[in-house]
Amino acid sequence: MQDSITYTAADFKSDQPVRWCPGCGDHAIINSLQKTMAALGVPPHQTAVISGIGCSSRLPYYMNAYGFHTIHGRAAAVATGFKLANPDMTVWQISGDGDGLAIGGNHFIHAVRRNIDINILLLNNKIYGLTKGQYSPTSARGFVSKSSPYGTTEDPFIPAELVFGARGNFFGRSIDVELAITQEVLLAAGRHKGTSVTEILQNCVIYNNGIHSPITDKEYRADRTIHLVNGEKMLFGKDKRKGLVRDGFLLKAVDLDKDPYTIDDVLVHDSHTPSNFLHQQLAMMDGMELPLAIGIIRDVEAPVYNEEVERQVREVQAAHGFDSLRSMILAGDTWEVK
Amino acid sequence: MLAETSIKNLDKVVIRFSGDSGDGMQLVGNIFTNVSAGLGNEVSTFPDYPAEIRAPQGSLGGVSGFQVSVGTDVHTPGDKCDVLVAMNPAALKQNVRHLKKGGVIIVDIDSFKEADLKKAKFATDEPFKELGINEEQLLMVPVTSMTKAALADSGLDNKAVTKCRNFFALGLVCWLFDRPMASVDHFIKKKFARKPAVYEANSKVLRAGYDYGANTHSSVTTYRIESKEARPGVYTDINGNTATAWGLIMASEKSGRPLFLGSYPITPATDILHELAKRKDLGVKAVQMEDEIAGVCSAIGASFGGNLGVTSTSGPGLALKSEGIGLAVMAELPLVVIDVQRGGPSTGLPTKTEQTDLMQALYGRNGESPVAVVAPVSPTDCFTMAFEAARIALEHMTPVILLTDAFIGNGASAWRIPDDDEYPEIKPPYLPAERLAQGGWQPYERCGENQIRYWAIPGTEGAMHRIGGLEKDYTTGALSNDPVNHERMIMTRREKIARIADDIPALEVIGPEDADVLLMGWGGTYGHLRTAATELNAQGKKVAFAQLRYINPLPANTGEVLSRFGTVIVAELNTGMLADYLQAKFPKTEIKRINKIQGQPFLAEEVVEAVNNIIGE
Repeated sequence: MQDSITYTAADFKSDQPVRWCPGCGDHAIINSLQKTMAALGVPPHQTAVISGIGCSSRLPYYMNAYGFHTIHGRAAAVATGFKLANPDMTVWQISGDGDGLAIGGNHFIHAVRRNIDINILLLNNKIYGLTKGQYSPTSARGFVSKSSPYGTTEDPFIPAELVFGARGNFFGRSIDVELAITQEVLLAAGRHKGTSVTEILQNCVIYNNGIHSPITDKEYRADRTIHLVNGEKMLFGKDKRKGLVRDGFLLKAVDLDKDPYTIDDVLVHDSHTPSNFLHQQLAMMDGMELPLAIGIIRDVEAPVYNEEVERQVREVQAAHGFDSLRSMILAGDTWEVK
Repeated sequence: MLAETSIKNLDKVVIRFSGDSGDGMQLVGNIFTNVSAGLGNEVSTFPDYPAEIRAPQGSLGGVSGFQVSVGTDVHTPGDKCDVLVAMNPAALKQNVRHLKKGGVIIVDIDSFKEADLKKAKFATDEPFKELGINEEQLLMVPVTSMTKAALADSGLDNKAVTKCRNFFALGLVCWLFDRPMASVDHFIKKKFARKPAVYEANSKVLRAGYDYGANTHSSVTTYRIESKEARPGVYTDINGNTATAWGLIMASEKSGRPLFLGSYPITPATDILHELAKRKDLGVKAVQMEDEIAGVCSAIGASFGGNLGVTSTSGPGLALKSEGIGLAVMAELPLVVIDVQRGGPSTGLPTKTEQTDLMQALYGRNGESPVAVVAPVSPTDCFTMAFEAARIALEHMTPVILLTDAFIGNGASAWRIPDDDEYPEIKPPYLPAERLAQGGWQPYERCGENQIRYWAIPGTEGAMHRIGGLEKDYTTGALSNDPVNHERMIMTRREKIARIADDIPALEVIGPEDADVLLMGWGGTYGHLRTAATELNAQGKKVAFAQLRYINPLPANTGEVLSRFGTVIVAELNTGMLADYLQAKFPKTEIKRINKIQGQPFLAEEVVEAVNNIIGE
């Protein structure tokens, strides 16, 4: 057994030169992923990385694991078949916002709905980078790009909302430069049984530089994001003197030093509660009125698709299985010619 | 009607059961077939479903038919029928064109009331006259009222009683063709094992139908159908789609690779998904995915994971899968894609048969993207060719497209269950441990002359590798944009497919040794073309016959075969796709064509006529 062996991030690096643009958020993300894999302790030969098409989908080439760089949008479908066929493998799927939510939107929601045991990394830079700068399904209304020179006239997807719409059981979020939080979320994602979706806000230095800055810049990050930790109070701000409280059915951000609230009013995060009502509210906070939530927002156990398939095969075989095709056919309607 | 009944011997007979789609015609047709096959008759069947699931009762659009040919030298369900059973006026109107000259019609005269005639859009109240049917060939049987009489004491309500009338018709047909009642009863009992009251009622009505025939001497003759001595063994009745599913399971057993099906429902291929979904009892994983693309992509993922990955579809679905198949070409993974062809283009004729996806299978992808293409010739051959498709895919690390069609997919015949040693072991090119230990292995390294890459199954220690849709360096397997390398990889993948020709059987020619004319087809038209060739030979025409089952690559002797004949005629259910393909490969042979694109199989007689027109009578 491999239990005694420990791995380092270097064990998961391939010999291929990394070709993302200097300053691209993907560099930080691959480092976080490799460190997570080492911490998870699954050996490289039992790790698979499957991607679609786009800048981020080049990632499998840089990993020392079983890698498959597939076609645009289809990584979730390929990963589903792979996991069913080879359930002992730990499967990571890398998709961008275009790959995962536009051309691959159907596979994305159905993977989440089935709850197949794969870990989806959704690297969201709100732009098509590989095709040089078109708006994506996560670009804000009015966003100006090469394919929307007068601004888009459509609303974006919020990835978390799709995950909850598809009844997802694991949703986490991080920011490319938040290495520790990314690793924390990815480690939980890797340990979670069933589909995990980790959205990582990623910067594209060439075509969409600074798209997340209003939230992620150091100047504002403490006030405009909240790191949710299971069992801990929902506090944010530089000195953790801001908190989230209930306001009827809604959430409200309060300043414990100015507003008439005490620490007892501040909500405690429970990522394991089966109800997704509060999880969804937390995930929909956008960093403006309410801080953007990062960390593990939802992590709930539910029947896992590939395990259910295996269980059904076992049960059917135990109840009325056959040892060969021939014996199955002979148990049906037959006649003999002598 | 005559008092005496004589018995006539027949080589083969074709019976067509027709009625409203709720009348249970498929069921009684299937039972008649199974009973006949059990008597040693050769059988071939074809169900003719209405396109609409629930058309209005009694309407022309709601007619469902089931044609079966039983006897000796049966290769097709028959061009036209000797006996037509029509349960209502709409069925009669829709099916009378399928009746042979002088054939017998059995109608339920109780369902020929004014309202029924109106639903079937008859202009007059004389339906038989309107259709030009003379009374001598007509058996007007009060099926509904006799069924009601037989079940008068059953306690069943009127609706339940009426549902049994198909078994009265079956009983009558069984009397006509001397089928043993006990054997028919056995099938009914099995079918309604969980509904004993329904079984009792149907069994009673069946007997009533049989007795009605015997007592009234409904026909001047009854028939004994010849049976030839079949090869000893255990037989079962099988349709093409089930045979396809079972052939894949056999390939899984012979290769040791678990079988994975990723599919999406589509007529007329869905029965393959249904059958494999049931086969969890053999460990098969069959998954209904969210769309056709996910079907093929999950199969590719399963193959990457070490399974025998399969996807099943029909023409429109094959179009959606094109990009995925291209990925499997590039990644050099085994993949079986089943296309049960139907009428196209677009949604086309979903329930009807055609051979119009040949070009799509051969060329319907971006880039230089060769795949192997094979086509079974009959319902039972679907087993063999599905096995072959999987064998080629696994041993040559390539996608293989299996082109069946609605006709052989839904058609059925008796099938001898093969012994375990009749099919070879399948040996995929696994990466040898010694090669891995040597060091320096890369994922696109070729093993041997056939240009096949090694298969390293994920989970193997030390064999981590990356594959994908981007072009790779021939030697290192790393991404490569090098122009010369790209051409080399194109030619390598092409050569890999071409070399499969060394691994498939030669093209067989049957017929007179001194024939100068070759009639040729591919796939599911075999039965009709072979019957036509036999008829031409009987007319004294020196016509040989060959049916292609391996289309890409072609059998190695194809060119030599074509060169032996002065006239080569290719008959197919499209505008000439195989003919064009062969003409391009063998420009010295002038290929003549017989084509039909009506959503229906050939009729042997129309092929005979067309061949005679080409060769000059």
